[in-house]
Amino acid sequence: MSERFHHIALSVNGEEVRERVDARKTLVDFLREDLGLTGSHVGCEHGVCGACTVTLDGVIVRGCLTLAVQCDGASVETIEGASDAGTIADLQEAFRTRNALQCGFCTPGMLLTAAALLAQGGVPSRATIRAHLSGNYCRCTGYHAIVDAVEAVARARAGEAS
Amino acid sequence: MKPAPFGFAKARSVDDAIALMAQQPDARLLAGGQSLIATLNMRLSAPKLLVDINALDELKRISLKDGVVEIGALVRHAQAERSAEIARHAPLIALALPHIAHPAIRNRGTIGGSIAFADPAAELPACLLALGGEVEIANATGRRRVAADAFFTGLFETALGFGDILTAIRVPAATGEKRYGFAELARRHGDYAMVGLAAAARADGKVLKDVRLAFFGVDATPVRAQAAEAEIEGGGDAVAALADDLDPHDDVQASGAAKKHLAGVLLRRAMTQLAEPRP
Repeated sequence: MSERFHHIALSVNGEEVRERVDARKTLVDFLREDLGLTGSHVGCEHGVCGACTVTLDGVIVRGCLTLAVQCDGASVETIEGASDAGTIADLQEAFRTRNALQCGFCTPGMLLTAAALLAQGGVPSRATIRAHLSGNYCRCTGYHAIVDAVEAVARARAGEAS
Repeated sequence: MKPAPFGFAKARSVDDAIALMAQQPDARLLAGGQSLIATLNMRLSAPKLLVDINALDELKRISLKDGVVEIGALVRHAQAERSAEIARHAPLIALALPHIAHPAIRNRGTIGGSIAFADPAAELPACLLALGGEVEIANATGRRRVAADAFFTGLFETALGFGDILTAIRVPAATGEKRYGFAELARRHGDYAMVGLAAAARADGKVLKDVRLAFFGVDATPVRAQAAEAEIEGGGDAVAALADDLDPHDDVQASGAAKKHLAGVLLRRAMTQLAEPRP
């Protein structure tokens, strides 16, 4: 039981996955290296930058601060799954039209984090959007366009003109 | 930036976790992991075994009993944020929660983990101290309770010893005459505080009694400002009294002198909150 290697079975983007993992492997490294899902990015590796954000059992988490071995029986969604499912197509489009990304490194984590806020419904204030995204670093845009994009999607989903 | 190898075991109960910990002197408990896994990644720590307690549902409860709010060690920050019991009966903790890190971290991080880790710049240890709460600890020989005033013993050091598991925190439930204040300055929302203050008091007519001010980010542990507390109770100059209470060192965030100044700023804010009856 106190072994280093463990068999895990989990759902990733709706597909059942069974793998043998080293206990020390983080969820984001497992997704990237074992499953080839490289949309989740590895930035700071200590929970500060948010580039590795994924959804675990319905809530966003740091892929670098969760171990793959802890995800036995869990359901994980990455940017690949969210993108293919079309659930954040409006948010992706808003990021594109408002230049809310330049290099794109932070974008997958930014999208999933913003999607979690938008899923709460309503139109959050810009201060709320900024606080919610405060754990996701973007070193290109200065955030303004990102906040614009998230606010525009919130308004559009609420049926308001942006 | 990858952890050194370790064994991994999932505990099925508190007793099981205690037994697993006893097998390996160099074992660590894995709760939310939001500080532990970062230190593993950076190889600041390299335990031989992680004992994962995330499946222990018995540690995920929030309850109100005999005027005491008990929060299980595995209650996650996000769960506490959504909790009507905490909003109503432990409002100081509710005020502090939004300042703790970021949504993705609050979804994993636990109340017990924050208290056990005892980061000197963290919010919840100061809340526990301001509330005069206590922690419940289990080990192979039984269970015991330790008051917050005796729990935080040094930099990242607590009354927890080898084989101990923090199972819950207990704080006195809010009553009509209780007042609370919380203020924090951080460079970025969700960062560890440059300086922060958790405050509690009891209104007695127009004066405040039982004032407890717990500053964080100013010393190796959260610290009571007892001279300032006495000045508030006596209607004196509490901000001036902070000079006797606090002696913050310089750190990466700010100089000691700046922290001392900011502590006064926060105290004024908290005193405004303490002066107002709660809704």
